Amino acid sequence: MTDTPTHAPQGSDAKLGPIARFIRDTELDTRMLGMVGALLLIWSAFHFYPIIAGLFSGNGLNMGAGLFITPRNLWNLSVQTSMTGIMATGMVLVIITRNIDLSVGSIVGVTGMVMGIVQVNILPPMLGLGSPVIWIITALIGIVLGALIGAFHGWLIAYRAIPSFIVTLGGMLVWRGAAFLTADGKTIAPVDTTFALLGGGPSGSVGAVGSWIVGILGCIAVLWIIQAGRKTRTKHGFPQRPMWAEGVLALLGCGVLIGAVLVVNAYTWPKGIVDAYVKANPDVVVPEGGLQISTGFAIPVLILIVVGILMTILMTRTRFGRYVFAIGGNPEAAALSGINTKWMTLKIFSLMGLLSGLAAVVASARLNAATNALGTLDELYVIASAVVGGTSLAGGVGTIYGAIIGALVMQSLQTGMVLIGYGDGSYRMIAVGVALVLAVYLDNLYRKKTK
Amino acid sequence: MANTGTPLVEMRDISIAFGGIKAVDHVSIDLHPGEVVGLLGHNGAGKSTLIKCLSGAYKADAGEIYINGAKVDINNPRDAREYNIETIYQTLALADNLNAASNLFLGREIVGAGGFLDDSAMEAETRKIMARLNPNFRKFNVPVSALSGGQRQSVAIARAVYFNAKILIMDEPTAALGPQETQMVAELIQELKKQGLGIFLIEHDIHAVMDLCDRAVVMKNGHRVGTVNVNEVTDEDILGMIIMGKKPPQAV
Repeated sequence: MTDTPTHAPQGSDAKLGPIARFIRDTELDTRMLGMVGALLLIWSAFHFYPIIAGLFSGNGLNMGAGLFITPRNLWNLSVQTSMTGIMATGMVLVIITRNIDLSVGSIVGVTGMVMGIVQVNILPPMLGLGSPVIWIITALIGIVLGALIGAFHGWLIAYRAIPSFIVTLGGMLVWRGAAFLTADGKTIAPVDTTFALLGGGPSGSVGAVGSWIVGILGCIAVLWIIQAGRKTRTKHGFPQRPMWAEGVLALLGCGVLIGAVLVVNAYTWPKGIVDAYVKANPDVVVPEGGLQISTGFAIPVLILIVVGILMTILMTRTRFGRYVFAIGGNPEAAALSGINTKWMTLKIFSLMGLLSGLAAVVASARLNAATNALGTLDELYVIASAVVGGTSLAGGVGTIYGAIIGALVMQSLQTGMVLIGYGDGSYRMIAVGVALVLAVYLDNLYRKKTK
Repeated sequence: MANTGTPLVEMRDISIAFGGIKAVDHVSIDLHPGEVVGLLGHNGAGKSTLIKCLSGAYKADAGEIYINGAKVDINNPRDAREYNIETIYQTLALADNLNAASNLFLGREIVGAGGFLDDSAMEAETRKIMARLNPNFRKFNVPVSALSGGQRQSVAIARAVYFNAKILIMDEPTAALGPQETQMVAELIQELKKQGLGIFLIEHDIHAVMDLCDRAVVMKNGHRVGTVNVNEVTDEDILGMIIMGKKPPQAV
């Protein structure tokens, strides 16, 4: 685990510089700091590229403001990241246990198609069009179907000893084909209106007040975690972090949360949607200069946050998570310690399938349609996100937050290439591919140095 | 030593084959409380295989295992642990990426309210037991891959001791260690023996066997050559058993 440099030895202050001492006292994961740094670097590069390019071209035409670090783009980025991010949290477990899952994109495709048929063709005649339970039943069916497909893959891998690469490569082809056959290649649209909210968009967001509630709850959680940590350390007589370090951590945590709230609230509904809203609600008073409605956090982003928190708890606070790491570190030792490694493998792949089903909910809701191409090539972005986020293909190492930051890095590259005018696919793919290889190389260097 | 009471462990007529090759062929051994029994033989003589039937890593094709005179079924490592059998493997069965406490409690974690891991309690317990076994041990918060061979071995031994092993299996516990660490393990074995544990010691070093063991069982090609009381034989007798399969008159 890379995230546990807890209570480092005291007393060698003289040899350390101020930065090293800061990192030691706050016990921050240096690898995470590196990733966040890289992310900010990518963001500023894309932001300032049009400005600098404008200066050099001399004609002043491109001398506009940067487009990347704007509320609008960051909000879009957060929504686009959520689908890959949800799956990347599961891929971390798969890769930690020295496996791979190439089938997640196709599972998204097939569960998306099944959900499309269920909510458009099957449920409305039974429950009435627009029934409020349609979205719940549909989402549950998609998630359970994903979990079952994953469990089947896991069974083949664990109990029939077929390598995961082969099983999921086969699965990738089989489920993509199945997605086509589900509706004979037709696209099913539009989806249930409540279901569509799960994909985000202005109406699928929680607005200014909701975002503040999320942000403030987050701040309370940060303070509670710091407080609870101090308590356990006192109980067992372990050394404490200095008070100033606790203060810095609390400020950082709450600062990031409040900053995120401010950003998503600064992004207001596009004019067309506001006009439609005003038309639908004639009693709304439109102030001078037009109505400004804050979008706030999009629902898929909140789903990603909840998934991230639950998966982090699962990985760091439960036996299940401990066994995942143990199997990755030494499968033989894990088995000799009485861990049922086969059953664990089945459960891990089932969880991966479940998260793919959840990602399919978000993806098809966002698209407001189910198509058989949904999720194509996603497996590669998901694996890349986990690996860029510090999950080692050799097994045993990886974090959930790393994978989510990794997904954000990959999505930032894609979005950024579009914004600076290289969005026609080929340049974008080259940038993402280079970034993946470079990230793993830098990570190798980092690990060698910290060993 | 007068081994008249009920043996702690008795393995009767154990056989196990891999793809037609009989790795262990009708071998019987026993172990009494407070006794150290050495298992000797060439690589591939079948001693590790035999002992893995007791630790639950393998299941014997034929034969019976008795613990304190009662017949038991050991199908996996969890079953073995139920009978207080703990194993310290030659390959040091530790998960390299986890720290000492996580390894010590692997498969038997301390959980607090709501079934969540209580890492602090596990670390505190680990600090206690390591203070007893290896007072110089300080590296509690790094993965065990960062530890020396001796430190790793002390984690493996701490695991067995912490969970009140009655029967301890040690597969070449000193193979990866320096002289000082070897001495530490030897002292630990004497200490555990005094506490009434029965220990199976798989060992290549004849001097270690002569020093530490009460009896020695020699195996060759899956068969048991013989069992001797260590204080009745010489190094040469045992070597003769290992190399030529020659049974000295004192052996049974």
